[in-house]
Amino acid sequence: MSRPGPSTAAVIGAFLAKDLRVELRTLQSIPAMLLFATTVFVIFRFGLDRTRLDGSLAAGVLVVTILFAALLAINRIFVAEREQGGLEALRLAPADGSALFFAKAAALLAYLVILELFALPVFWLFFLADGAGLVPLLPVLLLLDLALAATGALIAPMAAHSRARDLIGPLILLPLLLPALIAAAAAGRHLLAAGGPSYEMYGTWLGLLGLYDLIFLLIGWAAFDFLLED
Amino acid sequence: MKPSTLRTLALLTALLIGAGFALVFFWAPNEADQGFVQKIFYLHVPLAIVALGGFIVGGIHAIRHLRSGDPVHDARSYVSIHASVIFGVAVLVTGMIWAKASWGRWWVWDEPTLVSFLIVFLLYCTYYPLRYAIEDRDRQARYASVFAITAGAFVPLNFMAVRAAESLVHPRTFGTVDGGLPTDMWIAFLVCFAGIALLWVTLVGFELTAKRTSAQLSRLRRSLLDDRSPRGAGVAGRIAPRGAGAGR
Repeated sequence: MSRPGPSTAAVIGAFLAKDLRVELRTLQSIPAMLLFATTVFVIFRFGLDRTRLDGSLAAGVLVVTILFAALLAINRIFVAEREQGGLEALRLAPADGSALFFAKAAALLAYLVILELFALPVFWLFFLADGAGLVPLLPVLLLLDLALAATGALIAPMAAHSRARDLIGPLILLPLLLPALIAAAAAGRHLLAAGGPSYEMYGTWLGLLGLYDLIFLLIGWAAFDFLLED
Repeated sequence: MKPSTLRTLALLTALLIGAGFALVFFWAPNEADQGFVQKIFYLHVPLAIVALGGFIVGGIHAIRHLRSGDPVHDARSYVSIHASVIFGVAVLVTGMIWAKASWGRWWVWDEPTLVSFLIVFLLYCTYYPLRYAIEDRDRQARYASVFAITAGAFVPLNFMAVRAAESLVHPRTFGTVDGGLPTDMWIAFLVCFAGIALLWVTLVGFELTAKRTSAQLSRLRRSLLDDRSPRGAGVAGRIAPRGAGAGR
């Protein structure tokens, strides 16, 4: 008599725990992301020749830095599976391929939240006169992180199996992420305005980001199996 | 598609586009605000609509490919996107000409439709590097299909985001399409639109036929080579000595 297998949620949890454990032991992605983000802030300080930022410039610097730091993590999220061939073993798990998609997206989301826990205070310290706008910015950033995680987990395996792997990922992701970037930067522009946060079209941008997340999570859920087949 | 069908399609396309342009230049009146320059509308807008429609068609074929596993649908998806990318170049060029003529600059960022189109175009341009960076044919087809579906869903989202980001200070030229376009302009527009749409169908038909023919050719070539290798005196074996003799 066969025992009932573990639920899909349990499989996702196991995949996620494995990814986080690997990251904790090797520290391949997160420290690099933190260092990268800090350096990019310094680069913007001199590239723009500004010591204080507000409004659209502040939002742009923050969102673009998060986007580029996310690309580092996305490029590495399937590296272990590709180099050490763990994908076949993962596919033996009693759940369909989308479990791996959700686990990878959750891992990316975790990395990005850790990045922001570090990068937001640094950004405040470096550039902002007051941090009042950062609190209402948190839901915007969380939805942006989800967008980065969903599209990243969908595109990364395609890039990992191509010849020009480090090139293909960012090449597809940058235009693909533009709507999410537009929404996050536009919301941030008002929240980080010089005279204190204003909530102009706040709901519209949150709604647009939420819709973006929903659509790409659904596509990943439906299509990820086709990326794993051999 | 059969050669006769393709020929009919090509003739019909030429006829419709010719008729459309004749209507545009000799029948439809000049627009009150922009004058003669506005005539590019009859080329630019149909091209843009057909290109976007082609991207969606590519996504639908991609869904059918993933559901059935039939490579025919992958080829259709590829050719649809390919034709639409080419149309996309024409959309951007005609859009820039129109911008120069009516606003005095080759590129304006406050025309959301054109900016959205640029972003969509940039995304679809990455279809080629993705496709050709994957060697395994079957995997290439599957990944290209997933891309085509993802990008197809991206098109409306992107238009929403760019539209929302615009403050809409500038008067929208395309606004005239929804509202007060006079009947004669509408007729000229519809004939042009039908011609451009048919041009897309014809180009897709030609490329699909060319792809199928070259696949057939390489199949024949392979079977010829297979014929030679096991026995050493197949079709090729019979041809070779005579060729060698003539050389001496």
